Amino acid sequence: MSIEAQTLHRETFILNLGPQHPATHGVLRIKLTLDGEYIENAEPVIGYGHRMHEKMGENRTYAKFLPNTARMDYVAAMFNTHGYVCAIERLAGITVPERADFIRVITAELNRVASHLLWVGAFLIDLGGFTPLLYTFDDREQILDLLEAVTGARLTFCYYRFGGVCNDIDDDFIAGTRKFVARLRSRMAMYHALITKNVIFRRRCENIGPISAEICRKYGATGPVIRGSGVAYDVRKAEPYSIYPRLDFNVPVYDQGDCMARYLVRMDEIVESLRIVEQALERLPSGPIMAEKVPRILKPPKGDCYFNVESARGSFGVRVISDGTDKAYRLKLRSPCFSNLSIFQECSRGMLLADALALLGTLDLVIPDIDR
Amino acid sequence: MIISHELVIGVVRLTLYVVGLIAFAAFNAAYLSLLERKAPAWFQLRYGPKEVGPFGLLQPVADGIKLLTKQLLVQEGADVLLFKLAPVMVIVPAIMCLAVIPFSETIGGRNINLGLLATFSFSAIHVLGTMLGGWASYNKYASIAAARVVAQNIAYEIPLLLVVVALVMVTHTFNLHEIVAQQAGAFWHWNILRLQASPLMPLAFLIFFTCMLAESNRAPFDMIEAESELVAGAFTEYSGMGFGIFFIAEYANIVVGCSLATVLFLGGWHCPFGLLPGLHWFLIKMYALCFAVIWVRWSFPRTQFYGLLNLSWKFLIPLAFIHLALTAVMLKLV
Amino acid sequence: MPISTLKIKFANIAVRTAATPDSPVTPLVIETQHATKGYDLDVTVPVERVVDAARIMDETAFMLEAISGVDWIAEQQVEVVYDYTTVISGARVVVRTRVPRMTPELPTISDIYPGANWHEREAHDFFGIVFTGHPELIPLLLPEDADFHPLRKDFGA
Repeated sequence: MSIEAQTLHRETFILNLGPQHPATHGVLRIKLTLDGEYIENAEPVIGYGHRMHEKMGENRTYAKFLPNTARMDYVAAMFNTHGYVCAIERLAGITVPERADFIRVITAELNRVASHLLWVGAFLIDLGGFTPLLYTFDDREQILDLLEAVTGARLTFCYYRFGGVCNDIDDDFIAGTRKFVARLRSRMAMYHALITKNVIFRRRCENIGPISAEICRKYGATGPVIRGSGVAYDVRKAEPYSIYPRLDFNVPVYDQGDCMARYLVRMDEIVESLRIVEQALERLPSGPIMAEKVPRILKPPKGDCYFNVESARGSFGVRVISDGTDKAYRLKLRSPCFSNLSIFQECSRGMLLADALALLGTLDLVIPDIDR
Repeated sequence: MIISHELVIGVVRLTLYVVGLIAFAAFNAAYLSLLERKAPAWFQLRYGPKEVGPFGLLQPVADGIKLLTKQLLVQEGADVLLFKLAPVMVIVPAIMCLAVIPFSETIGGRNINLGLLATFSFSAIHVLGTMLGGWASYNKYASIAAARVVAQNIAYEIPLLLVVVALVMVTHTFNLHEIVAQQAGAFWHWNILRLQASPLMPLAFLIFFTCMLAESNRAPFDMIEAESELVAGAFTEYSGMGFGIFFIAEYANIVVGCSLATVLFLGGWHCPFGLLPGLHWFLIKMYALCFAVIWVRWSFPRTQFYGLLNLSWKFLIPLAFIHLALTAVMLKLV
Repeated sequence: MPISTLKIKFANIAVRTAATPDSPVTPLVIETQHATKGYDLDVTVPVERVVDAARIMDETAFMLEAISGVDWIAEQQVEVVYDYTTVISGARVVVRTRVPRMTPELPTISDIYPGANWHEREAHDFFGIVFTGHPELIPLLLPEDADFHPLRKDFGA
C-alpha cells in the first residue's frame, strides 16, 4: 500500500460525564464523543430531575402552586415566584401597592446578588481554585440571614402573594441591608484582585468558549450569556415591569463573547444590583403591602397571558391560560437555563475538554430549572 | 561466616534506617495531609478538622484506619498484576530517594558519591507507576489521566534536570553531602544566592520549585487528578489502602522535592546566620517549603493542560538553557 | 417598531375561519396590548404555514423563546404556541396553530431555529405532537422508553 493510500485512522471514544459528576451542577449527563482531548460531539441528556411542574400547575389552585415555583431554580428562587405571581396578576387585573412592589424588587435583587456570588464560587471550583468559594459564601450568608428574617426561608422563598408580599420588612432589615451593601461594595475590589487579575484565571477564560450573538438568537439564550456576546437585552429594560422604570441602573454588556466576558457581566451585575437595592431602600414608601379585595380562591377571567422577568440566569417566562376556574388550564414555564444549555452542543464542538467545562460553567446552569 | 562486631552494627544501622525512613515518609504523609486541611481552613476563614483529638491531631489516624478497613476492589477487566504493582512502583522510589538525602552532618542514609544522580533516577520511576495504574484500571477517565501524567512529567523533567546540571557544573560534585558542605555559613553562602556562579541563581530556584510542583502533580499542575473533570484521575478505581498508598506517595514526593530544594539551594542543615547548624534547620526549611507547596495549591485555579505544557516547553526550558549557558560563561570568566 | 410591518407580512399567511374551503379568508392577526397580555402581536396560522411564519420571524431578527402545547380536549384540538421576542425593543409575537388531537402533526422549524430542537422534543414528550422532519424526536425530559404523554387532559395518574 502506498503512503498516499494510507489515511490516518483516528479513533474516537465515548465518555460519559455522568449524572453524578463534580462539574455538572446538578444531575446533568453529557455524552461526549472525544477524539483524544478534543470534543467531537457533546450531547446533553437531561430529565433526571423532571418533576412535571407544569402538570402540577394544572392540578393545584393558583395559590397552592406558589411553593412549586421556588423549587425550580432554587438558587434564584425569588424570580420564579415573581414571574408566576405577576403573570396571574396581569391576567386577573390585580394592581400591587407601591410598597409591595419596592419590597419585591429589593428582595429579588438581593437574591440576584446571592445567586451570582454562588456562581462565582462554583465557577472557580470548576477551574480548580477552591478558596474564593468560601469568601463568596461569607457574603452570601449575610444575604440569606437578611432574607430569612423577612421571608422565613433561606433558599426556597415563598414570599410573594397575589397582590403583594406576605410579610412587611422592618427597620432591622433596612439597616442590615444598608450595612451589607456597603460591605459588599468594599469587597468587590478584593474579588477582582483575587480572581479577575489572576494570570491562570485569565488564561482559562480569555478567548475560551466563544458564543456569537447570532447563536444566542437562534437558540433563545438570554441573560448574561447574550449580554456577554454584545447584545444589550435585559427584560428589565426591554419589557419593563414592577418599579424598574423608576430606578437608575445600567445593563453591563461585553462584546468578546468568551468566558471572561460572561464572568465580567455577572460581576458588574452584582454592583448594579447593589445600586438598585440602595435606591429602592431610599425611596421606599409607606403603605399597605397587599392589594385589597384579592379573593382567597383566585379565579382569573378566561384568556391567556404571558409575563417574563429577568432572572439571574436569563429571561424566565410564564404563560398562563385560564378557563375561569380556580386552577390553571395550562401553565407553561419558560426556563432560561433550558435555552442556555441547548447551545452547548453546537458551541463545544472541536473544543478541548477542559475548555468545554469552563464554557459549561459560564452558562450558569441550575439543572432543576431545566428539568422542572 | 564470623558474626563480627561491625557486621552486627551494620545490620542494626541498616534496619534502623530502613524503618526510620519508611516511618518518616509515612508520618510526614499523615501530618502533611492534616496540614493540607488545616492551612486552607485558615485561608478560608473556617476551622479545619478539630473533632478528632486536640486541634484535630488524631485526624490522620482516623483517616488511616478508615482506609485500612475498606475492601480492596479490582475492576473486572483490569490487569490485576499491574493494578496491584502500580502503587508499589510509586511509593518505593520516593522512599528510596530519602535514603541518599543528608538530613544533617551526621544523619543520612547513605552518602553516595552520585547521590544527586541516584535521586533523580529514582524519582523518574513514579511516572511509570502512575501511568500503569491509570492504564491498568480499565477505565476511560484513568486512561486519559495516565496519558496526561506522561506528557506532563516528561515536559517538566527537562527544565528540572537542566537547572540541576547547571548547579553541578558549579559545585563540581554529585555528592549531596558535599554540596551542602559547600554552602556552610550564613545565607549569603547558600546556592540560591551564589550569584558569582550565575546571576540567575534565584530564578533557577524558582524553576526548580515549579518543576518540583509539576513532578509531584500538585496544583496548579494537578491535571491528572483534576477533580472537577476526571473525578480522581488515574486513581479513580483504587479503593482503600491502594488509594492510601498513592496518597502517601504524593506527600512523600513532596517531602523529597522539598528536601532536595533545601539541600541544593537553601543550605541544607546550615543556619541562616551561621550559628547552630543541625537537623532542626533542615527540617524548618523543608517544612517551610512544604507549607509553600500547600499554600500555592489552595490559592490558584488550575491551568489548562496545553497551558501547562506550553509553560514548560516554551518558557521554562528556554529559561533553563539560558541559565545553563550563563553558568558556563561565568565559569570560564571567573 | 417592526410590529406594523409584521402585520402586513403575516396577513399573507392567513387562516380559514370557517370549515368549508370556499368561504372567504380572514387574516387572524391581532395587535394586543403588551401591558395586559404580555405580547404585541397574536397571529394564528394554518399548519402548513408554520415554517413560513418562522421564516418571517427569523428574517426580522426575532428570537425563539418557547414552544408550548395546549390540549383543548373539548374542541379535540391541540394548539401549538410559538413565542418570539426581539432583543431590540422587547416586542413579542405569538404564533399559534391548531392540529387535530388524535393525529397531531406539524412541520419542524428546527432548520430555521436550532433552538426549536429541544422545545419540540419537550412538546412531543408532553403532548405527543409529532414534528415532521425533526432530526431526533426522542424523549427529552421523560425516560427514553416513555410512551405516555402527561400533559394531555385525559392522562390518568
